[in-house]
Amino acid sequence: MKKVAVVGVGETKFSGPQTKTEVELFGEAATEAIEESNLKPKDIKALFIGNALGDFEEGQGMLQAYAAENIGCLYVPANRYEGACASASMAVRDAFMWVASGYYDIVVAGGVERAATMGTGLATRTFAMFSDARYEYPAGVTFPAVFAMLTYLYADTYKIPLQKLREQMAKVTIQSYRHGSINPRAQFFGKNADMTVEKVLGSFVVCTPLTLHDCCPFSDGAAAVVLASEEVAKKLTKKPVYITGIGQASCGPLINQKEFLPRIRAREISSQQAYKMAGRTPKDIDLCELHDCFSIASLIAAESLGFFDYGKAGDAWEKGEADIGGKIAVNPSGGLKSKGHPIGATGAGQVYEIAKQLRGEVEAGRQVPNAKTGMTDTLGGDGGTLVNMIFERGW
Amino acid sequence: MEQKLYFKDYNEALKQNKILGLKCRACGGITVPPKMACRQCGSPDMDVIEVKSNGKIKTFTTVFVGAEGRESEVPYVIVIVELEEGPWIMGNLEGIDPKTASMELIGKKVKMGNKVFPGDKYSAGESVRPLFSLVN
Repeated sequence: MKKVAVVGVGETKFSGPQTKTEVELFGEAATEAIEESNLKPKDIKALFIGNALGDFEEGQGMLQAYAAENIGCLYVPANRYEGACASASMAVRDAFMWVASGYYDIVVAGGVERAATMGTGLATRTFAMFSDARYEYPAGVTFPAVFAMLTYLYADTYKIPLQKLREQMAKVTIQSYRHGSINPRAQFFGKNADMTVEKVLGSFVVCTPLTLHDCCPFSDGAAAVVLASEEVAKKLTKKPVYITGIGQASCGPLINQKEFLPRIRAREISSQQAYKMAGRTPKDIDLCELHDCFSIASLIAAESLGFFDYGKAGDAWEKGEADIGGKIAVNPSGGLKSKGHPIGATGAGQVYEIAKQLRGEVEAGRQVPNAKTGMTDTLGGDGGTLVNMIFERGW
Repeated sequence: MEQKLYFKDYNEALKQNKILGLKCRACGGITVPPKMACRQCGSPDMDVIEVKSNGKIKTFTTVFVGAEGRESEVPYVIVIVELEEGPWIMGNLEGIDPKTASMELIGKKVKMGNKVFPGDKYSAGESVRPLFSLVN
C-alpha cells in the first residue's frame, strides 16, 4: 500500500441559509483545494463527494457528476457518498483507499450540504431519516431526541446528577463557541464568545434536557481536500499531511445498540482500527476534531476515542483538559456546534482543520502549539456510521 | 432466502398489542424488531415467537421541536423500553403531562398499547408505534 498525503485543502464559510447552489459551493471548496495543491483540474483522476440530502435540499440527485464538470474535471469518475453526517469522511476514506492502492495518484474528496436552506421543519424531518424509518420514526424521533435520550441514559449509567451533567455540557458549548468565534470560516464567527452556563441552561428547550445551545446549528457549506500518493505529494508541497490510520464501522438502529449505550460501539471499533493502523494510542493525539453535534455527543465521543474514562469526560471539560493546552485539544475549529454542521461536508471540514493545524496556519488564538498528530471523528446517524482518521506531519 | 418475520407482520401484530420476535435455534438469542439474522450470532435459523410486551423505561425525552408534518404532536414523550425478555424498543409514553417528565421515569414499569402513525409522503405507508403507559 502506498502512503497517502493531504496536499491541499479548501472550504467555504459554513453558514445559515444562503443562495449559492450545492454545485457552486463544492466548486469553491474544491477549486481552493486544487489551487493550494499547485494542480489543475485536469490533474484530478477521480472525485469522491459526500452529500446526504441534496435530493431534498435542491431536488438535485447525482450531484457529484455536475460538481465534477463544474470545476473542470471532465469525464473522470465521480462518486457520491451518503452516510448521513459522516458522508464526507466516508468519501475521504474511500479516496484514501484508491490512492493507497496505486490505482489513482491524485484525487479530490469532500462534501457539500445545504441543510440550513431547508429550514427547521424539513431539516428535522430529513435528519430523522437517519434513524430507523420503520421502528423508530413512528414514535416521532428526531436527532435532538436521540441525543436527549442518550443524555438521560448517560446520567443514569454513570450516576451523575442531571444538573451537574447539564452544567458540564454547557462547558462543552462554551469552549466550542469560544474557538468558533475566532474562526472566520465558522458559522458563529464573531458570535457567542460571551456565552455562560446560565445562558445555555436558560435557552429554549428543544428536547428535554437539551436546550438550543446544546445543539449544533443547521448549516450550508462545502469542504474538499486533495489526496496524492507520497511520490506525487513530495513534488507538490513541502508540508504533506499523511493519513496514517483509518477506520470505519457500521451499526443498526439505536435500540439494537443496547448492550453498549450510551457508548457508541461502532466508534470504539472504528477508532481502534485507526489507532492500530497508525501505530498510535490516544495519548499520541495532539488534537481531535470530533463529532459534537450536541454537547453530550462530545463527552460520549471523547470517551469512546480513549481520551477520557467512561463517565469522566465532563470533569475533563470542566478542568480544561479537553481544551488547547490540556490533555487533548478538542475541536479548536469550534466543532459542529460553532463552526457549523453542513452534514455531507462536515468530515472534510474536519480534515481541513487538522491539515491547517498541523501546518500551523490557523488563527493564533486557536492554534494548537506544535501540533504533530491529529485525528478526526465523524458520526453518521445515531451510531450507524462511524469514521475515524489519523493525520501526521510529513516534514 | 426469505426472512422469517417481516415488518408487515410485526406491524400487524403491534395493532393487536402483540410483539413478535425471533428466537435463534443456534444461540437462543431473541431478536426484536425483525431481522434476517440473529442479532447475537448472525444465524438466520430462527423461529417466530411472541415476546412479552411489558417492560421498564430505560430512557426518555420530551420533544418540543417536531419534524415537518408532525408539529401538532408536540410536546410528546418518547421512551426506550427494555422488554422483560431483553430487547429494547422505542415508543411513546401516554398518561402523563409531557412537561413534567423527569428522570424519575427511568426504571418505571410500563405496559404497551399502540397507536398508528399514518405515515407521510416519504414513509411508504403507515407504521404502528408502541404506546406505553405506567403501571401503578
